[in-house]
Amino acid sequence: MIEDLVVAFLTRYNYYMAVIIMLIGLYAMIAKSNLIKKVIGLNIFQTAIYLFYISIADVEGGTAPILVPGTDVVYVNPLPHVLILTAIVVGVSITAVAYALAIRIYQSYGTIEEDELLELGSERR
Amino acid sequence: MISEHLPILAVILPLVGALTVLLAGWAERRYCYPVAVAVLTIQFGLSLAILREVLRGGTIHYYLGDWAPPWGIELVVDHLSAYVLVILVFLSLLSCIYAKRSIGGEIDPQKTVAFYVMFLLLVVGVCGITVTGDIFNLYVFLEISSIAAYTLVASGREKKGLLAGFNYLIMGTISACFILIGIGHLYVVTGTLNMADLARLLPPLYDSTIIHVAFIFFIVGLSIKTALFPLHTWLPDAYSHAPSAISVLISTVISKMGIYATIRILFSVFTVGFIVDHLPILEFFAWVAAIAVIAGSVIAIAQTDLKRMLAYSSVSQMGYIMLGIGIANSVAMTGGVLHILNHALIKGCLFMVAGAIIYRVGLRKIDDFKGLAGRMPYTCAAFFIAAISMIGLPPTVGFMSKWYLTLGAIEAGEWFFVVVILASTLLNAIYFWRVLEYAYFRHADAETPELESRVPVSMLLPMLVLAAGCVVFFFAVSIPLGIIDAAVADLLGGA
Amino acid sequence: MATIHSIVPACAVLVPLAAAVLILLSRRHEKIREGWTILAAAANFLIVLSLLPQVLAGDRVACTLIELLPGLDMAFRVDAFGMIFALVASGLWIVTSIYSIGYMRALREHALTRYFFSFAVAIAAALGIAFSANLVTMFIFYEILTISTYPLVAHTETEEARKAGRKYLAYLITAGVFFLFSVILTYFLTGTTDFQPGGILAGTGPVILQQILFVTFLIGFAKAAWMPLHGWLPSAMVAPAPVSALLHAVAVVKAGVFGIVRVVCYVYGIELTAEIGMGTLLAVIAGATIITGSLLALQQDNLKQRLAYSTVSQLSYILLGVALLTPMGITGAMLHVPFHAFMKITLFFCAGALIVAAGVEYVSDMKGIGRRMPVTMLMFSIGAIGICSLPPVCGIISKWYLVLGAMQAHNLAAFLVLITSSVLNILYFFPIIHTAFFEEPESGREGVREAPLSMLVPLAITAVGSVLLFLAPDVAFLRLVEVAIGELTGVLP
Repeated sequence: MIEDLVVAFLTRYNYYMAVIIMLIGLYAMIAKSNLIKKVIGLNIFQTAIYLFYISIADVEGGTAPILVPGTDVVYVNPLPHVLILTAIVVGVSITAVAYALAIRIYQSYGTIEEDELLELGSERR
Repeated sequence: MISEHLPILAVILPLVGALTVLLAGWAERRYCYPVAVAVLTIQFGLSLAILREVLRGGTIHYYLGDWAPPWGIELVVDHLSAYVLVILVFLSLLSCIYAKRSIGGEIDPQKTVAFYVMFLLLVVGVCGITVTGDIFNLYVFLEISSIAAYTLVASGREKKGLLAGFNYLIMGTISACFILIGIGHLYVVTGTLNMADLARLLPPLYDSTIIHVAFIFFIVGLSIKTALFPLHTWLPDAYSHAPSAISVLISTVISKMGIYATIRILFSVFTVGFIVDHLPILEFFAWVAAIAVIAGSVIAIAQTDLKRMLAYSSVSQMGYIMLGIGIANSVAMTGGVLHILNHALIKGCLFMVAGAIIYRVGLRKIDDFKGLAGRMPYTCAAFFIAAISMIGLPPTVGFMSKWYLTLGAIEAGEWFFVVVILASTLLNAIYFWRVLEYAYFRHADAETPELESRVPVSMLLPMLVLAAGCVVFFFAVSIPLGIIDAAVADLLGGA
Repeated sequence: MATIHSIVPACAVLVPLAAAVLILLSRRHEKIREGWTILAAAANFLIVLSLLPQVLAGDRVACTLIELLPGLDMAFRVDAFGMIFALVASGLWIVTSIYSIGYMRALREHALTRYFFSFAVAIAAALGIAFSANLVTMFIFYEILTISTYPLVAHTETEEARKAGRKYLAYLITAGVFFLFSVILTYFLTGTTDFQPGGILAGTGPVILQQILFVTFLIGFAKAAWMPLHGWLPSAMVAPAPVSALLHAVAVVKAGVFGIVRVVCYVYGIELTAEIGMGTLLAVIAGATIITGSLLALQQDNLKQRLAYSTVSQLSYILLGVALLTPMGITGAMLHVPFHAFMKITLFFCAGALIVAAGVEYVSDMKGIGRRMPVTMLMFSIGAIGICSLPPVCGIISKWYLVLGAMQAHNLAAFLVLITSSVLNILYFFPIIHTAFFEEPESGREGVREAPLSMLVPLAITAVGSVLLFLAPDVAFLRLVEVAIGELTGVLP
């Protein structure tokens, strides 16, 4: 029984890692009060998804999908790589916007700690 | 020649428009506004042309670069897409017209160029979502419009807008990531990203755990995007602290975009066979929506700030649309899809009114609205029409969606939902009537001047157009219904 | 019995609406604004009158405006019963307009544009209800009536008026929701919402559902002020007197009663109503309301409040008549619609005149007022005698038929209720007359004189009208009722 689990874990271990990293990222986004740390959590979360996509593209013994005439080799699936390139671009843009906002928040409020921001917000009322 | 390429033009035009605005803004800042309005006007004409094509020849399939699916990306415009596209572009146009004067006091002048560029990029994303037939494409466009929305929400002078924008970004990104994971799972089991292809390949796999997991990721992600209660937490701040023109834009366009994406994923990817017959998920969905309707209204009653009240009202109205979709018989669906149009008209008008009041007399709190009707007669009249429409009284469009939703709920034998729909009428009446009573039936305090404050035409006109729309579409409801009937038949036809 | 297609019914609804727009446009010119009101009222009455010959001949005048939803038209169809209500509403609008101008000027009221605008819209809605061919059309105008009368109730903008306005809406919008539900359920059960003389619901759905539907319909017509849903009416008396007169004695409350009669006779059909036992339910509610309303009226010192409770009780006469489900009872009920309107509007006009001329609102302040304002109090007496169902005022005619109806139905309880109520009416009206004419006036009333002519003439017209209706009931209303009854009984076995 346990052996099965170990085997399952070892053979698919990148998937499990993806899930663990994802949860770490999610935790950081929700539980951290520092806005920059939230953004870092966001990045971790996204990275986990990249890992997941790349894992599903993998084919055992596969190689980079570059067609060389006359050879007979197994290629990994290129499509998820392409998708993830796009997703990375999206992720980078979001990170940029998030940092820009964090800087503006620091400029106007003088802090980037969420609990202090909430306090400041309620005081102004 | 051009008519063949209409779907892709709907994406390219605002994109090119955004660049043009940028260039025009380099030359002279005040050129941005006319260029943006011109681009959106052409875009509106384009979307009408697409609608006409769809009505004449049925669903349009467009293969990007002539690559046939499932290898190439396919754009699909059916009745629902065309209908939503026209509504969203029209609302974008009106809020762009409205933006000119309204952002004057809310945004630093040197940011106007960026403002209009972002505005058009948001439209790119929204139009992309409506025309695409590829699920990953949908994710990308969703993110394009969302990123534009985050920046626009935070673009104002108001400090709270920054925080609202940041929270919106965090929530929005979590939702996008969930959707991305969902897409990944679907790809793993089917090896395709084309929606039609997915719908074809999925049925044998309905029992697969992977599909169920994918579905749950989609549902949670989309629920955040549409601000379905209790995942609505980002919405009130974003709506109420954004510049007024942006409140109009996101409350109508962005929210409808989320609804559209949800309908697409539920009905065009998973199809009725899965969500109704296989998992009782729609039933659950309808219950959540019913709670959203009531909870949103109840919280709205407790608000003192007009924009915030309208924001919570949106939470409730999103529930309304979702309820129609969740009941999932053709009558209720018709009501839900019709309410996409109605809510866009109504809520657009209401947020424009809220913006005009802030612009002209600087008031946000409902308690300060005493005697406002005397000072801003046209604005208050628009508010009155939109408010009774939101309550659902004839002769306004709100009545029509209420009619269909109630009839649909009765037909489905869901008496509890009938009660919810009708009770929401009363709750809406409570919070809208409070505003009307302050505006019309209380004397202004002695120190406030009794002057008639003129709202600029560029703000008044879009507002009155929407208010008139609320009445016109009551009498001319057969026009949207003709399209909706076909759309609903498409959506439910898969069963 | 032919159906004539004509746009005249639509005109009758559109004329007041057009007047409303014109009133809004000429808001800066007092005289022009009031001119529009009078002009529209007169034109409107003539339009309605022009339909009379066709309706009396047993024809129906139909007009489809627009197809709202597939199978659901917004349509008008004028039949005899609708004609009664329309004649009353449009005819009394003329006198009320004149009276309003006098009343509002004398009290120097504010926001008159809003007042006349809402008034015109309310009349349009009342006519829309009278002429509607189906439940959907009726619902649409019913809701418009609710919304357009709210500004009139809250007109004075005092805290009390706002509170009354809120109460008004709370009752009537809630009722509207029930009404909407009933309409949709009816549509779901039958696939149509058209009014048919024999009803449309027979043979559809289980009996329990039909019974529930009947109750939701009743709640939907809370405008009929049956107990315990009458609370809005006495509160709404904070409105200016012309509003209480035309709307809360004629248009709004009659719209509610009208709706119930329509539902009983034209949606359920007399037979089905009897079959599912709902006639009894309605009769019990109506009987209880008649007695309780009269008893409550006895306790009121505020004149308008007393009249309001009297209205509550009188409206249930109509409901009782219908609930008897006999031709005679229904005749009495239908006749009581116009007759009560004439008598009660007179009384409210007089109450308004007392407020304007003497500042008197309470019965206890009316000592000897009849000597100072003889015409007003004379007309008041005529109205009061009518409500007490004594000759020579028209009230006795409808009461006569109601009593006959009770006998025809072998309903002793209804008979007793009607008799008791007459006694109670005398108990709460005659003391007023006695106080006004025979008690010594208080000092400080020497300067009090009659109200201005623009108020005196309308109230005289309605008072004389109620006497004339006694002398010649068959000029219009009785004949109309006969046509309506013929239509209804024609389909009875």
